[in-house]
Amino acid sequence: MRDFRLRLSQNMGPLLALVLFLVLYIFYSSLHPRGFTSDLFVQNSNEALTLILLGMAQTLPVLLGGIDLSVGPLMTLVNSLASELVSGSAVQIIFGMIVCVAVGALGGFLNGLVVVYGRLQPIVVTLASGAVFSGIALFIRPTPGGKVDGDLNWVATNALAELPGTYGWWPNGIPAWFKAIEGIPMPIIILVAVVVLIWIPFRRSETGRACYAVGSNEAAAYMSGVKIERAKLAAYTLGGLFAGLAGLYFAIQTGSGNADPIQAGTYTLNSIAAVVIGGTSLFGGSGGVIGTIFGVAVLRSITFCFRVVDTDSAVGFLANPLLQPMFEGLILLLAVSIGAAGIFKMKNRLSMFR
Amino acid sequence: MQLSKPGPLLELTGISKAYGGVRALTGVDFSSRPSSIHAVLGENGAGKSTLIKIISGVVAPDSGTMSFDGAPVRFQTPKDANAVGIVSVFQELSVIPDLSVADNISIVDPPKRFGLIDRRAQRRRAEELLARVGCEDINPLELVRNLPLSRRQMVEIAKSLGRDPKLLILDEATSALTAADVERVYGILHRLRDQGLSLLYISHRMHEIQELADTISVFRNGRHVSTFESGTRTGDEVVQLMIGRDVSNVYPPKPVRTAPVAPVLEVKNLGWTDRLSDISFQIGAGEIVGLGGLDGQGQRELLLALFGVLKGVEGSVTVGGRNAKVNSPRAATKPAIGMALIPEDRKTEGLMLPMSIGENISLTVLHRMTRGLVIDRSEEAKRIAEMVEKLQIKVGSITDAVGTLSGGNQQKVVIAKWLLTGARILLLNDPTRGIDVGTKQEIYRLLRSLADAGTAILFYSTDYEELIGCCDRVLILYGGHVARTLEGDAISETNILASSFNLPASELPAGHGVVPA
Repeated sequence: MRDFRLRLSQNMGPLLALVLFLVLYIFYSSLHPRGFTSDLFVQNSNEALTLILLGMAQTLPVLLGGIDLSVGPLMTLVNSLASELVSGSAVQIIFGMIVCVAVGALGGFLNGLVVVYGRLQPIVVTLASGAVFSGIALFIRPTPGGKVDGDLNWVATNALAELPGTYGWWPNGIPAWFKAIEGIPMPIIILVAVVVLIWIPFRRSETGRACYAVGSNEAAAYMSGVKIERAKLAAYTLGGLFAGLAGLYFAIQTGSGNADPIQAGTYTLNSIAAVVIGGTSLFGGSGGVIGTIFGVAVLRSITFCFRVVDTDSAVGFLANPLLQPMFEGLILLLAVSIGAAGIFKMKNRLSMFR
Repeated sequence: MQLSKPGPLLELTGISKAYGGVRALTGVDFSSRPSSIHAVLGENGAGKSTLIKIISGVVAPDSGTMSFDGAPVRFQTPKDANAVGIVSVFQELSVIPDLSVADNISIVDPPKRFGLIDRRAQRRRAEELLARVGCEDINPLELVRNLPLSRRQMVEIAKSLGRDPKLLILDEATSALTAADVERVYGILHRLRDQGLSLLYISHRMHEIQELADTISVFRNGRHVSTFESGTRTGDEVVQLMIGRDVSNVYPPKPVRTAPVAPVLEVKNLGWTDRLSDISFQIGAGEIVGLGGLDGQGQRELLLALFGVLKGVEGSVTVGGRNAKVNSPRAATKPAIGMALIPEDRKTEGLMLPMSIGENISLTVLHRMTRGLVIDRSEEAKRIAEMVEKLQIKVGSITDAVGTLSGGNQQKVVIAKWLLTGARILLLNDPTRGIDVGTKQEIYRLLRSLADAGTAILFYSTDYEELIGCCDRVLILYGGHVARTLEGDAISETNILASSFNLPASELPAGHGVVPA
């Protein structure tokens, strides 16, 4: 019981984001003309997955106590690349996807190299590398377009039910166990796979632990014999890999590539907002991608709410889409304020600074 | 005394190290045996820290050779030293605040299953190691951030034991511990020695070292001056070796009072949450009142409460008859109240390490030195120079970053910045922790001369000797209230100890020379 309470208090950030998301999403789906349906959930998760993956990419540098301004541009770069590579035969498609993810990881690894061995501030390094990534992306794809495999697009953006049909599995009929899960949106399955296969093993590994240690107190980590360089390189590389996955999914989802640097910038800023709403400390050392997932869910739910508020009603003026950034900003402030509310309970004013 | 010596475990030959132009170590030969506790003594700047850093792989020597367990070694990083069995417990804690106790204890080489950290095994390991240092009460899942300093130190020691050291280095490792913890740690250290470990122990607490160590080495000005068996020299002789000059009187004489002095600070029924209750006392102009007792009995909280740091403080505080309950340090330092607090941790609460020595000193009084909107630079320079002179702070240039100074000189800068405010009430939170004997002595003299000039001083110290040597009266706190007030000759080690455990004097074991009250 005591352990449970400890764990609860140590995971307050993600839990608050989850609650905020549930409130917003229940509000949204109850106002929606058809209510909560599988189709609605599929559509919403499609719209969220790219930013979720990018938020995960941002979480790792933030855990180290840094920040990564290049995640948006790196995503755009991979997105442009995918619009050239992810089509043709099955082998070509798989090869193209592997290249895309590898390029993402390589971009992150290069950021890590410069940060670790150049001993430079992450904010400056990634500002510069972000511009480099954007430049390459524009070179690959000067105008939006390109082609991504249509079947892949269909499978990745629908419920699981479409998977066997599209690729012709089980021609003799669908097994009974599959019926039970076929309503789950494919983006959710991709997300769960990424979390279970990549994040959780990383979090439980010695290197993952080292990332938290470095972000919390780098000097103490050094004195403890923690492999600091390896932890930082791993964190930036994994961040790059997540950004690559984001770019790849974005290309598959939209069926094309777009190297727009302004879009890249917006995505970067949203990824930082999601990390903060998800309860990861900007000082590093505490938090994680699970919180970030809920952080993105909160941000996206705000967008969804705009679609369902009746513009003719008394509060209709609030539904003006031009006000959306303002609401996102207010929610960001609200989330951060809730997280900081503990300050009123503090009896020792010194604890504010720690 | 000739000991039957096994071969040395660690042997240093001709080690030298310079930082820039400053020679930290010059041609040092040093060795330590297995199954021994070897104390290293010296003033700040004597080269102890550099010696430790070289042995533990934090810095590389400029010249000289090192061998461990009979084989020559060269360490590039602390990891290399760990790998052969040299483990350090540092004065600057190396535990990580955002990780749990169990995570910290197994920060490197955690138990694994299928390549991933096995959290159950890790927790069991933490419980075992915590039990070895007698801290079963610490929950391994708790974040280190939420533990008090003395508990963190115990976690640090548990963590070091988990690495199976052959040579364990304790650098000021007991400075944050309570008296009860210190006893426990000594027990552990003796047991480790009997198990064959070589222990290198650095501490500024003289009486600790005589009690604990088998061998003592003294360093001065980067040179290894002498090594001898513990107990073969008196404390005075050791101190003389360390500072190279005579120190007949460590503590300045206390004035003899015939009439009671008018109180400057009056505290009545002060309380705060469940940590402080019903505390009442007075301090007169020119008095040094000590705060003692076991660590964590509310001494720090009391100082913070007076200085306006805590919220929801009950009771009354008056200065010169006027209400002095304040709600911020800024208010406490206003001339009408005139308090100053020398904080516990100079690095986090006392100094802006990257800023210059001068900027740090003048920070508290900048508002009194402005001309129009800008700071009067010549006035500032004059006041800074006065303070550097008065406290004999050893500085190259006052524009150097304060972080470049030694610990003792940093502490002098903290004191300087508060003296500059001309405070009438000086609150000190363990100001001599981790400071060399010479500087300590200067601080004692300074406190007495400030008191003689009319300052009222409240002095918290974890070192009983200091309370005995410096204070006119001592309040012993226990569980957040004043257990006893000792005065005059009653301020003795036995009385302080008995009161700290809240024992009536008559319940002490016989032979302690206690006069029943």
